[in-house]
Amino acid sequence: MTVVNSSTSSAGRRPRGTDRQSRAGIAFVAGYVVLLIAFGILPTGYAVYFAFTDAGGTFSGFSNFITTAQDFRFMDAVGHVAVYLLFWLVSLVVFVVGLSLLLHRLSSGVASKSLRFFYYIPGALAGAASVLVWLFMLDPSVSPVSSLLSTLGFHTFGEVIAPGNLALLFTIIAFWTGAGGWIVVMYGALNNIPKDVMEAARIDGANAWQTAWRVQIPMLRKWIIYMVILAFAAGAQLFVEPQLLSLASVGVAGRDYSLNQLTYDFAFQMNNINGAAAVSVELLVVSVTVAGIFVARSGFFDAD
Amino acid sequence: MSRTNPQAPARRRPTRNLVPRLLSGSVLVVFLVFFVLPVIWLVLAATKTDQQLVHGNPLSIGSWHAFKANWDALSGFQDNAIMQWLGNSTLYAVISLVITLCVTIPAGYALAMTEFRGRHSLLVATLVVMLMPTATLVVPLFLEVNAVHLIGSMWSIILPYSFYPFGVYLTYIYFSTAVPKDLLAAARMDGCTEIGVFRHIALPLATPVIALVGFFSFVANWTNYFLPYVMLPESSQMPIQVGVGSLLSNVPSFNPAVGTTAIERPQLALATLVAITPVLVVFLFAQRFLVSGMLAGATKE
Repeated sequence: MTVVNSSTSSAGRRPRGTDRQSRAGIAFVAGYVVLLIAFGILPTGYAVYFAFTDAGGTFSGFSNFITTAQDFRFMDAVGHVAVYLLFWLVSLVVFVVGLSLLLHRLSSGVASKSLRFFYYIPGALAGAASVLVWLFMLDPSVSPVSSLLSTLGFHTFGEVIAPGNLALLFTIIAFWTGAGGWIVVMYGALNNIPKDVMEAARIDGANAWQTAWRVQIPMLRKWIIYMVILAFAAGAQLFVEPQLLSLASVGVAGRDYSLNQLTYDFAFQMNNINGAAAVSVELLVVSVTVAGIFVARSGFFDAD
Repeated sequence: MSRTNPQAPARRRPTRNLVPRLLSGSVLVVFLVFFVLPVIWLVLAATKTDQQLVHGNPLSIGSWHAFKANWDALSGFQDNAIMQWLGNSTLYAVISLVITLCVTIPAGYALAMTEFRGRHSLLVATLVVMLMPTATLVVPLFLEVNAVHLIGSMWSIILPYSFYPFGVYLTYIYFSTAVPKDLLAAARMDGCTEIGVFRHIALPLATPVIALVGFFSFVANWTNYFLPYVMLPESSQMPIQVGVGSLLSNVPSFNPAVGTTAIERPQLALATLVAITPVLVVFLFAQRFLVSGMLAGATKE
């Protein structure tokens, strides 16, 4: 990240113009700063405050963190989210990059364009809608792929949503809604690779596989990292999928599955606001650390 | 075509490369089915009876009659709750869209095109908050909103929705790449006020990014589940995503304990369709903008 100290230098040269500009700049960002403080910084501060105090408001050190970590569901939830993130990120990288490369090689522009659009459509079904659709897809009694399900040995909805399958199922749901958008992004990034680079690879006799592996994928690197970071942030906050699944299975599957569900339960079922805040703080620390490293190291977000 | 020996001429001419082409073609088709089949099934399911759904061909079309019956049953649920949820969603999404645009576009503009104290820190804060998962802040937000007695008010979700750092970032990228600073400097020389520069020079140039930020924020707010689930627990205030989720516990095949007020599966499919239609419509119209916007970062030199 490069810090250009242009404000001070130009202030010396054109004091009046810069002064006016500076005041205007502050006025333009004022509304946003208010929202940033109210809904970004303040809740974070609130979470930290509650995490380190007890119900009476006195400082309690790490006791909330210890109590919640000792909750029998906590380690399970951490494990669930970790496995889910692993599946989700790996499938995203492999299939999004693979499909974008294949689409990019299609000679027919129309086919490539319409395929990208069709892949993208489920993005409109993000949130609760995608879960509902997949509850149907996974229920052998109504599923259009029930024969596939029964080949795999699943004959009832209960068998499909066995605890061992959930990470995979949530991955499928998330991939179904999210992958199309990323394919569009990757495809665009592939288009941005300079023509002469591709031409040079072709002249050197590189085949499709070598071109992809040695030229295209390295040039997509920062986009892949960008995707992984945003997908990580989205995946770590898993909530609606297991929550709706637990509604659909009357609590059999998906209850207290993810960390966010746990914060919800702590806060609203067990009346332990401080415990909920402690788990939120843990999630925030992890995600802000990851985001911070990314912003600082990748050079993707040039702050100037 | 060299069907007997497809490998030999493969290197030179991709058009002759039959086996890899078939392979990549079938991969693309398999994923096409994966992405599209559930959507088609969902549309068809809304036109069937529950009987047809279980026993008929999954990809058959039902009847107008069954569709009408499904619609009547769905709108009969809790005295037309579905339309109320749809109205709620529209109200929340539109108000927060307006606030988001009024706040985000000037902020991104100022970050890119003007100099002021704290600009750099604000930019870094925006990047970090943008990459922070919003759902982890739901419980702290609840506590904060609770402290100012706004729980159950629509502002408890509209105001948090209006805070949209990703939009600020997009606007910032757009202005710093697509609009030359000299243009604004020239206008200032001509005696244009700062507000005048923004309104008459910057804003007309910003149409693509306004559409983009608007689209992303609309979709994000429309599909949000966790925040309204916590803030607006009353059925009369639910947005449609939460409402449709709550229908689930009234479907007998999922929850056998439900009595007479049951919702059948085709009606649930229809409700899901109703919930996504506005987003789908916006999707179809905004496709062009989306692609350019998702690539905003890539065009930056």
